[in-house]
Amino acid sequence: MKRLILWAPLAIFVAFLAIFATGLIKPEGKVIRSQMVGNPLPEFKLARGVPTQPGLATADFRDGKPRLLNVFASWCVPCAAEAPQLMQLAQAGVQIEAVAIRDRPEDIADFLRRYGNPYQRIGSDPTSSVQIAIGSSGVPETFVIDGKGIIRHQHIGDIRPEDIPEILAELEKAG
Amino acid sequence: MIAEAGLAALWLSAALAALQLVLGAVGLRGGREDMLAAVRPIALAQAVLTVLAFVLLIVLFLRVDLSVALVAANDHSAKPWLYKFAGTWGNHEGSMLMWVTILAVAGAAVALLERRLEDRTLIATLAAQAAIGLGFYGFLLFASNPFARLDPAPAEGQGLNPLLQDPGLAFHPPTLYLGYVGLSVAFSFAVGALVTRDVGPAFARAMRPWVLGAWILLTLGITAGSYWAYYELGWGGWWFWDPVENASLMPWLAATALLHSVTVLATRDGLRAWTVMLAVVAFSMSMVGTFLVRSGILTSVHAFAVDPRRGGFILVLLALYIGGALALFAARVGTVREGSRFDPVSREGALVINNLLLTAILGIVLVGTLYPLAAESLTGEKLSVGPPYFNAAAGPLALILMVVMVIGPLLRWRRDELRNLAGRIALPCLLASLALLAVVLLAPDISILPLLGLVFAAGVAAASIAPLWKRNLRRTPLFIWGMVISHLGIAVSVAGMASESAFTRERLVAARIGETEQVGPYSVRFDAVTPVAGPNWTAIEGTLTAMRGDTSFELKPEARAFWAPPTETNEAAIRTALDGQLYVVLGKSDEQGRWQLRLWWKPFVTLIWAGGAMIALGGALALIGRLRRERKAALREAWA
Repeated sequence: MKRLILWAPLAIFVAFLAIFATGLIKPEGKVIRSQMVGNPLPEFKLARGVPTQPGLATADFRDGKPRLLNVFASWCVPCAAEAPQLMQLAQAGVQIEAVAIRDRPEDIADFLRRYGNPYQRIGSDPTSSVQIAIGSSGVPETFVIDGKGIIRHQHIGDIRPEDIPEILAELEKAG
Repeated sequence: MIAEAGLAALWLSAALAALQLVLGAVGLRGGREDMLAAVRPIALAQAVLTVLAFVLLIVLFLRVDLSVALVAANDHSAKPWLYKFAGTWGNHEGSMLMWVTILAVAGAAVALLERRLEDRTLIATLAAQAAIGLGFYGFLLFASNPFARLDPAPAEGQGLNPLLQDPGLAFHPPTLYLGYVGLSVAFSFAVGALVTRDVGPAFARAMRPWVLGAWILLTLGITAGSYWAYYELGWGGWWFWDPVENASLMPWLAATALLHSVTVLATRDGLRAWTVMLAVVAFSMSMVGTFLVRSGILTSVHAFAVDPRRGGFILVLLALYIGGALALFAARVGTVREGSRFDPVSREGALVINNLLLTAILGIVLVGTLYPLAAESLTGEKLSVGPPYFNAAAGPLALILMVVMVIGPLLRWRRDELRNLAGRIALPCLLASLALLAVVLLAPDISILPLLGLVFAAGVAAASIAPLWKRNLRRTPLFIWGMVISHLGIAVSVAGMASESAFTRERLVAARIGETEQVGPYSVRFDAVTPVAGPNWTAIEGTLTAMRGDTSFELKPEARAFWAPPTETNEAAIRTALDGQLYVVLGKSDEQGRWQLRLWWKPFVTLIWAGGAMIALGGALALIGRLRRERKAALREAWA
C-alpha cells in the first residue's frame, strides 16, 4: 500500500502531461470574430515571404477583383491540413494572397514545395503586427476581401472541404 | 563572426554537458575515481562557455547586428542602449539562452563551492544538473537558435514590445530566472541523494543555502514583477492571477514549503521523503512555468513566440525530467531510512501543517491555472478562471496559514505543551483583537477577507517579533533575525493587500480641461494636454494638479504611441504619500474635447511590495547567518 502511494505523484504528473499534450495539439477554438469585417484593410506593406514571389501591400487589393487573404505559417499544422482545399480554390480560379506569420523564407519555401503553392503574393509578417491589425487571432485564418480592399468575411481555422461552398458564395457576394 | 563564435560556444558547452553526465554516471557505477575527478572541472568549463555565448549575444544586441535574425526581429537602432542590452532576453531565444546560462553557472557554483556534501552525492548532483542542461541546450540548438543568420539583412530592426521597454526589463527577468533556475540545484541535489541514498541532515544542510538563495531571488522577482505590472500596464492592479504570474507563484510556494521542511531535516532529521519530494516539485514547477509561457498554450505579454513545435520539445523535456525524477523517487525513497519522529504539538508539527497548507494552495493555483486547458481538451469549451476562484479558494487557506505562522515559531522543537502556548500567544491575540475592534469601528462595511487579512496581519506582526523577547538582541543569531523579518514582511504585505482591496477609491471620468475631480483625500485638476516626443515614441502628456490640504503637486500621465512596433501604452502618473498612492491614467479623448481619466487612491498599497522586500531581506539575513555559523563550525573542526 505504502509503496503504491509513492507512485501517486508520477501518476498525477502523467495525467497533467496528457492535458498539456492535447492542449498543444488542438487548434485554437473558433470563438473570436474580427471587428474588422466591413472595414477596409489597414495600411501595410510587407516584404517578400519567399524570394521568388512578390510581397504584399494594401494597394494590391484595390484592383477591383475580389480575392482571399490567407493567414498562415509553415510551422502551423492545421495550415498544412488546409493546403489541399486552398489548392482546389486556386485551381478554380480564385486569387489567393498570403501573410506568413513569424516565419523564415526557407521554411515557407519548404512548406510550399511540400503542400503546393496556391498564392499569388506572400507577405512576411515576422511580428504578427499585420495579423493583429486585420483582426486575426490565430493561424490559419482566411479573409474574403472585395475589389475595393474591404474585408467582407472571415473564416477562422483551417478551411475544410465542406467549407469551400461557403467561401465561394462569400466571394460571389463580394464581387 | 560573433554569432558563429556564440553558436560554437553553445555547441561546445552542450558537448561538455554530455561528457559531464556520462563521466558522472559511468564513474559512479564503476567506481572510477579518474572519471569522477573530471566532473568538477568540466562543470566549470561548461559554465564559462555558456556565459561566453550569452555575452556574445548581448554584444550582437548592443551593436544592433541586423544580419542575425533574432536581433533583427527584436532590436532597433533608435532604442536606448539599456533596452538594446535588456532586449537580449526580451524575446524567446534570448531568454532561453539566459535560462541555460544560469543553469550552467549554478552547476559550476555547486562544483566550485560545495564542500559539505558526500563526494559521490555531489558527483551524482552534478550529473543530474548536466542532464537538465543537455535537454535545454538541445532545445536552444535545434528549436530556438538565437544566433541564426538572416540573409539579406534588413535595413532596420523590428523593435521591442513597448510594454517591455522599461527599466524593469533589466531586472525582473534575470532575478526571476535566477530564482527559477536556482531551484534546479535543489532538484539535482534531490536526484543525487536519491541515486546514492544519502538523504539526511548533512544533505539538508548542504542544500539549504541553495534553496534559500533561489527563494530570495524568486521573492524579489515576483515582487518586482508585481510592481512593474502595476505601474506599466495602467490597470491599477498588482496581481491578476494571470497564468504566467501563477507560473512564478507556484515555484515560490513549493520553495517556501521546501525552505521550512529542509530546516526540519537539517535540525531534527525528520521529513526526509517529503523534503526530497518538495525539491523535485519546486523545480518541476519552474519547468512547467517555462513550458506554459514558451509553448504558446497560454497567451500573455510573456508569450513571445507562439510555436507548437517548441511547445512539443519542452513537453518532452518535462516528461523526461519530472517523470524521471518522480519515478526515481517512487523506486528509491522506500529504501531511504525513515527519519526521526516527533510529537504533533511541536515546532516540527507546526512546520508540517505549514507545508500541507502551502502545498494545498499550490494545488489550488495549479488547478486554477490548468483547468481552462483541461476543460478545453475534454469538452472543447473555452473558459477562463479568474480572481473570484483564486481569492475564494486560496484566501481562506492563506489566512489559516497565518494562524500557524503565529503559533509555529513559538513552539519548541520535538515536544511542547499546549497550555504553555497560551501565555506566549496572549499578546498577538490581544493585538489582533484590537485591530478587529478598530477596523469594525472605523470601516463597518468592510468585507470579510480584507477584515480577516488586517486582523491576522496584526497578529502575525506581533507574533513574528516574539522570538526576540527576552533575548540579548546583539547575540541573537542572524538566522533568527531573518525569520523574524521575513514573517513580519508577510504581515506587512498582507496588510497592504487587505487595505488596497478594502479601501481603494476609483474614479473613471470624462474630463474637460480645467475641471476638478475628487478621489480619496485628493482633488485633482485637469490643467492641460501637450504632445511630447521620446527617442522611439511620441505621446500625449496630460498635466494635472493634485491638491490635498495645503500641499499640491503636478502629475504628468502619458498616452504613448511607439512606432517600432506600432503600439500604444499608458504611462501612469503615480505619487506616493506616506499613507498610500495616487494613481492617474490618461485615456483617449472623445470628439467634444473631453479626456478619459482614471483616478485611483490606494491607501497603503506600497506595503505590499515593502513587505515583499522585507521577506527577501529576511531570507538574505538567514542565508548569511547560516553560512557564517557553518564557517565557524568548520574552523572549530579544523582546530580540533
